[in-house]
Amino acid sequence: MPLEGLIGGLLIGLAAALLLLGSGRIAGISGIAARALTLSKSGLSLPSAWMFLAGLLLGALGIHSLVAPIQSNFPPSTALLVAGGAIVGFGTRMGSGCTSGHGVCGMSRLSPRSMIATLTFIASGMVTVALANMLGWGW
Amino acid sequence: MRQAIISLASGTLFGAGLAISGMMDPKRVRGFLDILGDWDPTLAFVMGGAVAVMAATWLVQNRMAKPAFADSFNLPGTRMIDHKLITGASLFGIGWGLAGLCPGPAFGALIVEPMSAGIFVVSMVMGMGIHRATKL
Repeated sequence: MPLEGLIGGLLIGLAAALLLLGSGRIAGISGIAARALTLSKSGLSLPSAWMFLAGLLLGALGIHSLVAPIQSNFPPSTALLVAGGAIVGFGTRMGSGCTSGHGVCGMSRLSPRSMIATLTFIASGMVTVALANMLGWGW
Repeated sequence: MRQAIISLASGTLFGAGLAISGMMDPKRVRGFLDILGDWDPTLAFVMGGAVAVMAATWLVQNRMAKPAFADSFNLPGTRMIDHKLITGASLFGIGWGLAGLCPGPAFGALIVEPMSAGIFVVSMVMGMGIHRATKL
C-alpha cells in the first residue's frame, strides 16, 4: 500500500518536525523510551518522554477506532518476540538510534553516522530475514 | 508544561502516522526486509515521506536561533563513525528482521496486540537495561 505508506510517512515527518522546531529535540523512539525508563540521561525531560509515548499510543488508538482498524500480524513464536525485542533494545542503545532517530531524523540531516547506521540496519535486517527463511524460522 | 504538550502532540502525530502507514504490522515490515521473497515496498514510501518533510524542516531549523518553545536546540553531534555504531546498528537489524518490529511500532501495537507487543516491549527494555549495565 504505497499511498497509505506515503501519507503515514508524511505524518511521521510532521511529528518529528514539531518536536525539532518546538522543543529542539530529535524524535528518536529508542532514545525516548530509554529516557522514559531512566535508562538514559540525555534527551527530553522525563515527563515529556512519557507524554510522547502516551501520545504515540493515543494516535494509534485514534486511527484504529476512528479511521480503520490496524492490521497487525505478529510472529507466531514467543521466542522470536523475546529474542527480537532484547536484541533491538541492546542494539538501538549501542548504536545510538533506530529507524526514527537515524532513519528519519539523521538521514534527512545528511548525518554520515545516521546514513551508515541506516544502511547497516537495513542490510542486517535483510540478511537476517533471508537466513531465517533458509533455516525455517520464517513466518 | 509547553514542552509536555509539544511532546504529546508530536507523539500523537507519530502514532497516527505509524498506524496509517501499515508499519504496525510486523509482517509488512518483515516483507520489506524479505528481498528474496514476496517484497513489500511500503516501508520505503513511509521512510521517503518522513525524510522529505524532515529534510525541509532542517532547512528551517538552520535559520532559527532557538526552538519555538525551548531555550536551545539540543541535538546529537555528528561524532565519528565507530565500531559501536556499526555493531549496534547490525544487532538492531537482526532483532528487527527476526520479529518485524522496531521500537515505535512495538509501542503503538500495544493497543491492538497487547500480549505479543507487550512481550516484545518488555524484552526490548531488558535489552536496553543490559546495554546500560554492560556499558558497551
